Amino acid sequence: MNKNHEPLFHIVKRSDITLKKAMLIRGIALLSGLVSICLLMLIFTGANPFAVIGQLFSGAFGTQRRFWILLRDSCLLLGVGLALVPAFKMKFWNLGGNGQILIGSLVSIICMKYMGEAGVSDPIIILVMIPSSIIAGAIWALIPAIFKAFFNTNESLFTLMMNYIAAGIVSFFLAVAVTSGSGTLPTLSTGNLPNLGNQYLLTIIVVILLLVIMTIYLKYTKQGYELTVVGESQNTARYVGINVKIVIIRTMVISGAICGLIGLLLAGSINHTVNTESAKNMGFTAIMVAWLAKFNPLIMIATSLFITFLTRGMSQVQTAFGITNNSISDIIIGLVYFFIIGCEFFIQYQVIFIKKQKKKELQEKESEQ
Amino acid sequence: MKKTIKALALSAALISISAGALVSCGGDGKQKVGLICLHGETSTYDKNFIDAFKAACKAKGLQGIIKTDIPEGEEAYNTAKDLVDQGCKYVFADSFGHESHILRAAQESPEVQFSHATGTMAHTANVANFHNAFASIYEGRYLAGVAAGLKLKEMGTTNHNIGYVGAFPYAEVKSGYTSFYLGVKSIISDVTMDVVFTGSWYDEAGEKSAATNLIDNYKVALVSQHADSMGAPTACEQKNIPNVSYNGSTENACPNTFVVSSKINWQPYFEYCFDQIAESKAIDTDWSGKLGSTLYDGSVALTTLGKAAAAGTEAKLNEVAAKLKDGSLKVFDCSTFTVKGEHLTSYMADVNTDSEFTPDTEVIKTEGGVTYFAESEYRSAPYFDIDIDGITVRTTQSN
Repeated sequence: MNKNHEPLFHIVKRSDITLKKAMLIRGIALLSGLVSICLLMLIFTGANPFAVIGQLFSGAFGTQRRFWILLRDSCLLLGVGLALVPAFKMKFWNLGGNGQILIGSLVSIICMKYMGEAGVSDPIIILVMIPSSIIAGAIWALIPAIFKAFFNTNESLFTLMMNYIAAGIVSFFLAVAVTSGSGTLPTLSTGNLPNLGNQYLLTIIVVILLLVIMTIYLKYTKQGYELTVVGESQNTARYVGINVKIVIIRTMVISGAICGLIGLLLAGSINHTVNTESAKNMGFTAIMVAWLAKFNPLIMIATSLFITFLTRGMSQVQTAFGITNNSISDIIIGLVYFFIIGCEFFIQYQVIFIKKQKKKELQEKESEQ
Repeated sequence: MKKTIKALALSAALISISAGALVSCGGDGKQKVGLICLHGETSTYDKNFIDAFKAACKAKGLQGIIKTDIPEGEEAYNTAKDLVDQGCKYVFADSFGHESHILRAAQESPEVQFSHATGTMAHTANVANFHNAFASIYEGRYLAGVAAGLKLKEMGTTNHNIGYVGAFPYAEVKSGYTSFYLGVKSIISDVTMDVVFTGSWYDEAGEKSAATNLIDNYKVALVSQHADSMGAPTACEQKNIPNVSYNGSTENACPNTFVVSSKINWQPYFEYCFDQIAESKAIDTDWSGKLGSTLYDGSVALTTLGKAAAAGTEAKLNEVAAKLKDGSLKVFDCSTFTVKGEHLTSYMADVNTDSEFTPDTEVIKTEGGVTYFAESEYRSAPYFDIDIDGITVRTTQSN
């Protein structure tokens, strides 16, 4: 008899896991997430679980319009994710997506408003808008990058702080530009980006192009390789002759420029106005898009679709069951994220339960043999 | 292993099939109407709309669809169009910044009626199915101000400085705090008021710190607010300073300091719109609600008085409300306030909205020997945006 007390279970890092098994674990997590949505809705509103799931899908796919919005919003989120990936691969934690998007949007709106008022024609406004909002986003990322490269400041805090500064500048702009003092800028009709077929398509096409370019950049270019090396080990990078400072700055400029581009789309093609909430918190949500996909741009298509599906679906569930308190749907979405993120643990690690019964059986089998 | 996968796939398939079957159900043939809110019911502003909308739908036997947390961007347009897709014949949006997006939806869906609260564009937009609505809430604010004045009088304090937390420095807020101030002034003639703007309609922390700043640094004896969170009332309860609220009673959360709240009761407007639609009649382009037969049942309404209200408040309020209703008392009576030491005799207000906000309409009228600023007579949304003497806007924190 073994008198040593054994723990109930222990955790072992998996060295290899088949794709099938990994997908199975993710499937179980998804299902648990769905079940918990139904369960919580049952508790909060007494809603029929099947009806809840029906509304969840209806919110995302129910009508042609909802489906287009799902695609467009996923693309926006994917676009921001694509902006964050190169920085994240370099282990530069760019938490400033919101600010970089916002400043891009603001610069677009400034072009649209003041050039429009001056009577400049739309094509020229657009030609000015595109580079200036991209550059604005890039500058917003360049500032923390320079401080990181030369003074090794903490980039998470710095980029985070830049978000607040961007929001403050937007507030300031609204206070100055909207002379009535309401802080609300009505939609602008000048300098709007063209509709391709329908109002959602332009964003989708731009982001798909971006996806292709980013995939190639990360996988097949020297620069993409360099930033990965810097991420793995700065010393190794230095040893093989990579200029770490330049890589940090270059990568962050790319990251910020893409966020600026998303801001341009938001201002010129989607909202036609700007306020402090215009970035819709995508700078943070996209972190999850990137992490869940392990920084693989192609898998990020799936993660951004999933997150958009969940938010749009839950919004419909909330409406359908008459919930007017947003905290409830926030709690539910948070719980599903918990399952989805939590399951990655079980993909990386194995939990081994020590079952005495099983041990006995094994011993018996062995003795029989 | 294979079994588990099969079981998973099977259950997933089952769920989606039954879900698909159930989606088509729901709704019971009732006419659908939609409400678009900037926030949810945790915002006192939106809760006021949600409650009134639910009550009006119930009273008229309609199916109300309420969309909460809709930001002031393209999302507002998408949501309005989605409500139309769902079969709504009427869509209402509650936030100032929703307006241009709702107007766009209205232009695209002429068969559906759209209303927008607090907006300014309908009377110049010439879109037949787009309507603005507001109420002469400055009268409610004035009454709340009278209640505040009585409270100050009862407290017997020599400190006649009061505070106000506002969202943005434009007509809607300025008209609100000026009428509140004039209400207090009708009781306490030497009252002064400090105003702090938060630059946001919903910023709980910001509103709380603004109120605390007013109490601690400007030593105000009473606070009122025009912003949508519980920030200012909570700060008052903590500091034990009387609070005159807005949008609805805050007595449950602030039992010791809640005096009274004025609010726009939207139920009469919703019911009016539903009736007009049912009878295929046009809805007013620019609708302005009024005081009711009692203090509590009109479009401009007060909540029941809090325990902190002074004795005799209700009687006094009834007396003042009666005068407001018969027109013998004007809130913005030019003889009761001065601007840079002078009484107003003429003022051009920006009534017709344009991108430059150009003043375009003379709004000082004389009626029955009283010269007054004719608020909400030329347009439902407020246009009183004058800084009057006695009110100081504090732009920086003094600490």
